Amino acid sequence: MKFSESWLRTLVDTSLSSEELSHLLTMAGLEVEDMTPVAPPFEKIVVAQVLTKDKHPDADRLNLLTVDIGQGEPLSIVCGAQNVAVGMKAPCALVGAKLPGADGAKPFEIKQAKVRGIASFGMMCSDKELGLAAESDGLLELPADAPVGQNIRDYLNLDDHLLTLKLTPNRCDCLSLNGIAREVSALTGTAMKPVAAPAFALEGDRSLAVTVSEAAACPRYAGRVVAGVNAQAVTPAWMVQRLERSGLRSISALVDVTNYVLLELGQPLHAFDLGKLNGSLDVRFARAGEQIRLLNEQTVELQPDMLVVADAQAPVALAGVMGGADSAVDDATTNIFLESAFFAPRVIVGKSRRLGFGSDSSYRFERGVDFAATRVALDRATQLILDICGGRAGVVTEALGELPARHPVTLRVQRVQRVLGVAIDADEIAQMLSRLGMVAERNGEEFSVTPPSYRFDIAIEEDLIEEVARAHGYERIPAATPQATMSMLARTEVQRPLAALREALVLRDYQETINYAFVEAGWERDLCGNERAVVLQNPIASQMSVMRSSLLGGLLAALRTNLARKQPRVRLFEAGGCFAAAGEGYVQHERVAGVCYGLALPEQWGAAARNVDFYDVKGDVEALFAPHVAEFVAEVHPASHPGRSARILLDGQAVGWIGELHPQWQQQYDLPQAVVWFEVEQAALQQSAVPKAAGVSRFPPVRRDLAVVVAENVTVQSLLDSMRNARATSVVEVALFDVYRGNGVEQGKKSLAFRVLLQDTEKTLNEMEIDQSMASLVAVLQEQGAQLRV
Amino acid sequence: MQELEHILNDALEQFSAITQAAELEQVKARYLGKDGSLTGLLKGLGKLSAEERPAAGARINQVKQQLEAALQARRDALQQQALQAKLAAEALDVTLPGRGPGVGGLHPVTRTLERIETLFHSIGYAVAEGPEIENDFYNFTALNIPEDHPARAMHDTFYIDEQHVLRTHTSPIQIRYMQAHMEKYRHLDVMPDIRIIAPGRVYRVDSDATHSPMFHQVEGLWIGERVSFADLKGVVADFLKNFFETGDMQVRFRPSFFPFTEPSAEIDMSWKGGWLEIGGCGMVHPNVLRHVGVDSEKYTGFAFGMGVERLAMLRYGVGDLRLFFENDLQFLKQFA
Repeated sequence: MKFSESWLRTLVDTSLSSEELSHLLTMAGLEVEDMTPVAPPFEKIVVAQVLTKDKHPDADRLNLLTVDIGQGEPLSIVCGAQNVAVGMKAPCALVGAKLPGADGAKPFEIKQAKVRGIASFGMMCSDKELGLAAESDGLLELPADAPVGQNIRDYLNLDDHLLTLKLTPNRCDCLSLNGIAREVSALTGTAMKPVAAPAFALEGDRSLAVTVSEAAACPRYAGRVVAGVNAQAVTPAWMVQRLERSGLRSISALVDVTNYVLLELGQPLHAFDLGKLNGSLDVRFARAGEQIRLLNEQTVELQPDMLVVADAQAPVALAGVMGGADSAVDDATTNIFLESAFFAPRVIVGKSRRLGFGSDSSYRFERGVDFAATRVALDRATQLILDICGGRAGVVTEALGELPARHPVTLRVQRVQRVLGVAIDADEIAQMLSRLGMVAERNGEEFSVTPPSYRFDIAIEEDLIEEVARAHGYERIPAATPQATMSMLARTEVQRPLAALREALVLRDYQETINYAFVEAGWERDLCGNERAVVLQNPIASQMSVMRSSLLGGLLAALRTNLARKQPRVRLFEAGGCFAAAGEGYVQHERVAGVCYGLALPEQWGAAARNVDFYDVKGDVEALFAPHVAEFVAEVHPASHPGRSARILLDGQAVGWIGELHPQWQQQYDLPQAVVWFEVEQAALQQSAVPKAAGVSRFPPVRRDLAVVVAENVTVQSLLDSMRNARATSVVEVALFDVYRGNGVEQGKKSLAFRVLLQDTEKTLNEMEIDQSMASLVAVLQEQGAQLRV
Repeated sequence: MQELEHILNDALEQFSAITQAAELEQVKARYLGKDGSLTGLLKGLGKLSAEERPAAGARINQVKQQLEAALQARRDALQQQALQAKLAAEALDVTLPGRGPGVGGLHPVTRTLERIETLFHSIGYAVAEGPEIENDFYNFTALNIPEDHPARAMHDTFYIDEQHVLRTHTSPIQIRYMQAHMEKYRHLDVMPDIRIIAPGRVYRVDSDATHSPMFHQVEGLWIGERVSFADLKGVVADFLKNFFETGDMQVRFRPSFFPFTEPSAEIDMSWKGGWLEIGGCGMVHPNVLRHVGVDSEKYTGFAFGMGVERLAMLRYGVGDLRLFFENDLQFLKQFA
């Protein structure tokens, strides 16, 4: 809502300064988003009239003027404007005037000066020179009746501000100058200045019959014929100015009046050209197949839930949204039917959004228009039309159904105090309610409050409490130090916080990223083999059209971003949700994933440079799981190199993947080197247990090494598993410490060396016991075809 | 006995000239070894008379002890020298960089969220979470935003299907938490207070320098028997002062509208000489409480919400919202 401060002040004569007024509105919930002066500061510029004009003897493009400034002798002024003419009125800056500098430069002062040898005693001004326009092509020509000598600031009403309110959807009552003035009056106690009451005779003898078939959708419909209007009448300058300062262009006097009353009173009006209507009007829902060409030239296929005003033949207006082009007033219009109605908000809501455009009318109707002011606005507009365009007003045709009820709402003083936490007494509350136009019946410490017809946001006690808080002033409610019962927050030890996982990754040299949850459909298909990704109905861009089922795509994109910016080594992770459809709904899997690219270690003097590989990343993943030990099982994943891909299991449950990116995707995504990635369910990594202490052996452990040669296709995991399952006495640890291929080992085979630790809690082990245990390990290895290497 | 003096002086002189431990032992043999000169003198004692023998023996033994002491001293000195030399040779350039992996870092949004969680945790707020694909009920209806309510236009919503959206705020978490809380404590005369913050990703159809289609919100909720708007002001102001570590920060509440709170307020904070909108808040709307079965007559509560990226931008001086989701290491590394 945009309007000029001076217009508002004609409706409520507050003594507040502009800044105070702005603060008052903002702190009352009518946020002043912007307040700018209509004109920059300047002085000593008056309305002047050109008396004579002669060519400058020494400059083709300059003229010598004599100018009447309303006092003393006419001034001699040299002027370079091309549109200057004898008799023309324009602003004249007198000697000593300070003009605003262009584009924020310092103001400059007009001095008596010689221009090409001829003395000039002032300067004729364009609107650009006054800071009123960005561009102009000559002097600002003023109307013929502009009083010569008057200060231009007064004449053009330039000591004014443009205010823009950011109104919340509940405050439809403030979508007019009258409404805002009413609010200012309520908050300050200053009385409103009423607009002059209409006083016109009903001289017209024409009327138009109206029926309202949908009384619930249109509880009030009023209109009258104004006959014999001059549609070409000129809109008065004051009205044009107020419209312009509210952001509306002047169109024609008839349209301007309806817009003016819309702004002044908040009531949308529509003027039909009576000559273009066929028969009487009906307010009804659209019928199948009907369409209408609207004022904005858009032709709309009407739907059965759209309310229309129709004549005997066809819809002539989309009720409460926009009039039809075929019945619109134009220069040739002589008789009009002026409509002022109340359409129910629920009927109007959403329609213009569905059609893809908004209008000032629908904006108000869908929020709520004062249904008690329908006729007031009609009369106000009639008066203005008669004043400007002439004509004869006819009687009002009105169809009245059941208007919205305003039920009394109970307000308890004690509840106000409890909710707001501040002591406001009943007398204060009574006064606030009265100022806000509420009818409040008091019964001790309780009120029964009936809100006015222009308030659509007062239905329950809390709504009234907010009104009391606003009137009291939010700023005057103290900030309390809250009091509460102290009890500790539960914190389980069997789950590691996500923050600990993140920290672990950070310490292992991963940088956290946050990527969009919507990704390219192609990533899902390529990297996850997901043809059934969750699709967004209204994506913001085609490459953000499906919900990710894996964090990998986003991480690869982030990797590419950094490679493009010449980062040679990139290690990224993300913790976040992945999505999939599940039955009627959707599931979200919280995962953590990482990608590694480039050198295993940052380039350094003390370690040989080599690229990160599968086992580097596997080490990171194992560290994340610690103290739990995950199992890695070779399995193909669409994103990974088929021979370098593993599913991660914890306690037999599949909880993630690790792999080297498939060379095909590496090429497709323009990645010069291999990428190793992993993705694991957060819950699996967060599992933890309360430690249970056991006794510590006082007897020293014995180490024996075991070297075997096995076929390449025998996995280390299977050997470790069988040795652990052998449950050899006193064996407390079996771990692989060397892998060897080459000299001395047959082609297609590998040599593996295991470290075996044996320890007993009761005694020192003797050689025989040790040899027995080792023999049982060797036996299970031999079952898998292992040959002992001596 | 002049010979004895000669041997002593000669030996001491030789010992002090020696620089190698092995050489020292060779020289020792010359005097104290089987054929050593001192050993020779000892052997010669037998040739002396019984009167002469004791004095001469004592004298020889004295010289022998002197020699051994000198030998040990020299041995120690040589060992010490060798150690010093070894240590000197082993000295490192301690300014060479350390070996091993580097260290990563957290995303600034995570860093900010962790800070927010820590601050609220200190006054007894638990952290609640919920799904990012929400159904219509939790995202809108339960929050007092019925179908076709103009307030839905305030939320530029991503739709999955007719019933599901990407949550436009983290408020649905509050609804889910309140439902679970009621389920747990319905049998009690007075349920324990609800004090949570609900952080998370939210989505709006909007993308420019100041809007991201995905961003993070943190919302707070306190429901109890005596929770007032004055408490809301207190908690929010306390948080902002502590988050920005500026005790003199001014916080302003001005009336606003949200369907899920009544009264509602915008939160402004003083910033560089003006006011900056930092979030929204209000007393939880009775309809919202009713939707989750909380007796709105008995309990009152407040809720507030803020944009995490906005807090991070102000705290760390980040100029452009888009930087948070570009994931450029040059940017991210600044928050390690």
